Amino acid sequence: MSTTTPAPRSLRILEILRAMMARPSGAIGLTLVAFHLALAVLSPWIVPFDYMAMDATITLAGPSPAHWLGTDHLGRDVLTRVMLGGREALLVTGTATPVALIWGGLLGVYLGLKGGWRDEIAMRLVDAFLALPGILPLLVLITVFGSGGEVLMPTLAFFFGIPVIRVARAAAHEVVARDFVSAARARGHRPLDIVRRELLPNVTDTLLVEGAMRWSWMLLGFSALSFLGFGVSPPKPDWGLMISDARVYMSLAPLGVIAPVIALSTLIIGINLSADALAKTLGLDHSRKAVI
Amino acid sequence: MLALIIRRLALGLVTVWLVSVIIFLGVEALPGDACTAILERDAHGEALAKCREVMGLNTPALTRYLDWSGGILTGDFGLSANGQERIAELVGYRLRNSLLLAAGALGVGIPLAIFLGVIAGLWRDRWPDILFSTGAIFAMTIPEFVAATILILIFAIWLGWVPAIVLTPADAPPLEFFPEFILASTVLTMLMIAHVMRMVRASMIEVMAGDYVQMATLKGVPYWRIVFRHALPNALLPAINVIALTVAWLLGGVVVVEVVFNYPGLGRLLVDAISDRDLPVVQAITMIVAITYVGVNLVADILSLALNPRLRSHQERGA
Amino acid sequence: MAGPPPLIDIRKLCVGFRGRAGAMLPVLHEVDLTVCRGESIGIVGESGSGKSTLALAAMGYLKHGLQKISGDVIYDGAEMFARRPAELARIRGGQLGLIPQNSGQALTPTMRIGTQIREALHLHCALPEGEHATRARDLLAQVRLPDPESILRRYPHELSGGQQQRVAIAMALAGEPDALLLDEPTTGLDVTTQAHILDLLRDLAQSRNMAMVYVSHDLGVIARVCDRVQVLYAGETVLEGPTRAVLHDPAHPYARGLLASIPRLGEKTLPRALDGRPPGPGEPREGCTFAPRCALATEDCRAATPPMLAGGADQMSRCLYPERVNEITGDQAGTQPHGCPEDSPCALDLAGLSIRYDRPGLFERLRGAARPPATVDGIDLHLRQGETIGLVGESGSGKSTILKAISGLLPPASGQITLGDGTALPLTVESRRPDQLRRIQMIFQNPDDSLNPRQSVAEILAQPLRLYFGLTDSALRARTVELLDTVRLGAPYLDRRPGQLSGGEKQRVAVARAFAAGPEIVLCDEITSALDVSVQAAVLDLLNELKAAHKTAFVFVSHDLTVVRALSDRVAVLYQGRICEFGPAAVVYGSPSHPYTSVLLNAVLTPDPDHAPRLMADDVTELAPPAHGCPFQRRCPVKCGTICDTDTPPAQQAGDGHVIRCHIPLAELRAKQTG
Repeated sequence: MSTTTPAPRSLRILEILRAMMARPSGAIGLTLVAFHLALAVLSPWIVPFDYMAMDATITLAGPSPAHWLGTDHLGRDVLTRVMLGGREALLVTGTATPVALIWGGLLGVYLGLKGGWRDEIAMRLVDAFLALPGILPLLVLITVFGSGGEVLMPTLAFFFGIPVIRVARAAAHEVVARDFVSAARARGHRPLDIVRRELLPNVTDTLLVEGAMRWSWMLLGFSALSFLGFGVSPPKPDWGLMISDARVYMSLAPLGVIAPVIALSTLIIGINLSADALAKTLGLDHSRKAVI
Repeated sequence: MLALIIRRLALGLVTVWLVSVIIFLGVEALPGDACTAILERDAHGEALAKCREVMGLNTPALTRYLDWSGGILTGDFGLSANGQERIAELVGYRLRNSLLLAAGALGVGIPLAIFLGVIAGLWRDRWPDILFSTGAIFAMTIPEFVAATILILIFAIWLGWVPAIVLTPADAPPLEFFPEFILASTVLTMLMIAHVMRMVRASMIEVMAGDYVQMATLKGVPYWRIVFRHALPNALLPAINVIALTVAWLLGGVVVVEVVFNYPGLGRLLVDAISDRDLPVVQAITMIVAITYVGVNLVADILSLALNPRLRSHQERGA
Repeated sequence: MAGPPPLIDIRKLCVGFRGRAGAMLPVLHEVDLTVCRGESIGIVGESGSGKSTLALAAMGYLKHGLQKISGDVIYDGAEMFARRPAELARIRGGQLGLIPQNSGQALTPTMRIGTQIREALHLHCALPEGEHATRARDLLAQVRLPDPESILRRYPHELSGGQQQRVAIAMALAGEPDALLLDEPTTGLDVTTQAHILDLLRDLAQSRNMAMVYVSHDLGVIARVCDRVQVLYAGETVLEGPTRAVLHDPAHPYARGLLASIPRLGEKTLPRALDGRPPGPGEPREGCTFAPRCALATEDCRAATPPMLAGGADQMSRCLYPERVNEITGDQAGTQPHGCPEDSPCALDLAGLSIRYDRPGLFERLRGAARPPATVDGIDLHLRQGETIGLVGESGSGKSTILKAISGLLPPASGQITLGDGTALPLTVESRRPDQLRRIQMIFQNPDDSLNPRQSVAEILAQPLRLYFGLTDSALRARTVELLDTVRLGAPYLDRRPGQLSGGEKQRVAVARAFAAGPEIVLCDEITSALDVSVQAAVLDLLNELKAAHKTAFVFVSHDLTVVRALSDRVAVLYQGRICEFGPAAVVYGSPSHPYTSVLLNAVLTPDPDHAPRLMADDVTELAPPAHGCPFQRRCPVKCGTICDTDTPPAQQAGDGHVIRCHIPLAELRAKQTG
């Protein structure tokens, strides 16, 4: 009965974005994300101070015309550090999320189509990895190899890809049961062609929503690492690290904690609201699924 | 029925075994071992060799794996890296404390989450749903350490109801770390409620749109009776597994919460052990958490098998 | 029409939903419905006609998203939509009982049957609580369920479709209703089960003086149970009258077309299709809604919606020319199905095909448990070029399974599949060569499921063309358009997606995709069962045309004996995965025949109130074939003794390649059927 005109792929993305903007959650979410992305790109040119510049005379100061958000325990400008504090996190998670989504998604879809002993073994391994306490493998690898982006990025991409396998496999299973996949198999297409033409187009929606959620969780994980002292190394500014440092002086200079908390929270809430709106736009919001 | 339970149990054991292999191989693959960690700068030459001999690090990896895993089976996790403490003792009280924390969060969180989820599902897209769903998004997205920091800021610093930083020994009676317990379990409970509530809501919406709910309406069954007798059991049954998965996953994330609140549990021990490169302790804790994870899922599997008539007789037909 | 006031009185009811643009899109247009005490009324229409909406509205209920726009629904003297919830709850399930389409979905899966029936009694029955258990047992006995005691303890999924439907009926009877509303209650059930349920409903209605509102797309069903019929078309009542008059001499062209599109057992011609489709909700309609598809339409028809006018034999018809409706059919005879010469060379040969679904697990193998008999066994078929073989049987007869085995999707446990040129086909898809795969194509039951929703029609058709012929660019496009033309769709459909097509259009695309490969053999798996009857006729017609043009051989699977009859040269009747009877269509549908074939043929409904089906066997659903003897032994009405339980029946030759596998001698079978 629907008479919507078919749209080519590039237009479809625009259409989805427009539909998301029509929802309050999507509008707020996308705006927050866009703001943070713009800030991350532009901040090196617009920050008022050098993020390393210390001024021992004004440590833990409150807001002043020069330092709008006050200074930290080393006398560095909090505003500057908050503006810069999301760059590393966004860079690392922004690259690791797509990688996790692609490798986990492809493998999951392939397993969903193939089944059999490969699937059985792979799923046992996935179960075993999921049984490890979330943050532990990251902590161990970081203590040994250091916490540079070149370590964090692949590590996060690997460990966050594992739950994606499970989600993609479940989504693929639903599609594989349908007759158009049987039809393709009966015609004799190669498995990879079936994955590409029949399965992937039907699971991308699920994977997109999944990806948005994973991104926010990865950001959470990244900040938690920094907070615990295993992530970004000082003196680089990072929200998690700043919260951890300023916590000790919370009673003297609450802004030192509150400012990065607000920055981090707005970004993550933005991503989550966007993911929520995306799921609703694609009609995927009322399916039961686990976080892993 | 029994055959299926045995099958699930076997799968769980396979998973635990795989975890032990992954952990063992993972630690093996890391540069350095317990002796390099203990001896630090002196880790060379004769001292190193002697240490390795004492600790049994010279034997082949397979032998050590068998020793280690055999020990776990009997509840003996070996010695910590400095060779002074028995890990089983080190872990004992902290495990109790962590379980206490989890139990507190689960006991309050799950019933509340189900209640809120049902309400949100029934009033879909109206104010109770919008309120709870938005609240859930906030609770899910604010990092544990941020939530924890805010709670400390409010209750310890501004209100002064609880001490901001305390260091309670792990073996203290639970009452002594009650303030930390309350704050930490509040954070965990919030997270738990957010995740589980969203799932219950989705499930409830799906079920309420189902044919048998329409049929019950047209049979003249009053609304609340439909909700509780026809809809709720069907909404919760398939959600059991999903809830268990989520809960098990969240329990793994207790680490951060414990560190923030200085809660004397396994999580804090884990972080300390990693900082000290105390690999035997890390291995032991990881195994314990993994076993808990597999156990929770197993319980959920069996529970839903036992409660869901459809699964139950599927099995009977198969056997 | 003096007498007591009607029980249900719906007047000028309009129901609609809010579309995306915010406008109200109506699905029911000023529909009237009057039901008197003890009367049974059929509401007939194709999908989208609003018939279920109308029936549910009679209970004061609308599906999520639907709203009442105007009109009245009066029950017992008061407006249903104005009643308080408590009042509604008392009427629903009490005076007004509903029997839903799919009781498997409509019974709460976590509650035992007994609990659900006792709940209905608790809500609506005046008897003291202590007598409810006895009453529940009585109700189940009344709907002719064997062993009510054990049924009460079971969960819905442990019952067969027919049993679930009977439970739903028992539940509706619990409230001692004045009227039953039945929403396609037998759709999806096997023919024998359907005949039994209809029989039961008729008897119940008569003995209790209950009114019935029976919603169905199937005029054969309506003919069985209803006194009067109301025909809905695109949310409008177009015809209303006594069942016999409407079915024998309809006063509306749509009803005439609908009747002509129903395939019948006795006819050798293909049913005639109704071209075009009804307007959807919100689509503009001017004048008579049916005018665009009507052979009689004039300027007057297109100018204004015709009022309900008196037609012949007590009918009221929304047509300006009810007396001319008869003219439509005379000039246009049904097409003859294209036959195939008997000496036509072989296209496909199946020998001793046996298929198993069970895979013994480790436990079973260790225990050394005996394997159950194969799901499908001993299938020998010889398909000639250009021939259509019909496979017919109830659900669980293994007919679709055989198609899957031929296509290689489900490798058989044993047996041989040979192509016309003598090459033995490997049993799995993976081991077949592209050329072998190309020669056998399959069309699936439900086009919603067999077309990828994310591909355009052009992409869907390009798949086989690229795979088998390596076509690209302009050659690919030209061939795609050509294919669309052969299925009467054409180039404008290239860029559409399945979601933008109607059911019939989708199935045509699926047909085009199968023919894109230039196949020698096309496997059709219930390809019309998801379609409306008028659309089904068009698809059958299309297949017949393609068959003649390409000399393609078909294996045509259906549960519907009339559809198989219309298209097939030869027919195989299957029960529990074994062939009971095989032979030329005309002979199989005649006499003598296998007892199972007789049971099926006698249960077929025709849109004729004077024709009653004969119920010969119980409608028991069997889950697995018996280990020895005749597959039909447990249900056979003319079983001749223990030999049926122990020995595999012999293949008796009845001439013309007609084979009946039965222990009863042919002469005796013939005598039994005529007698």
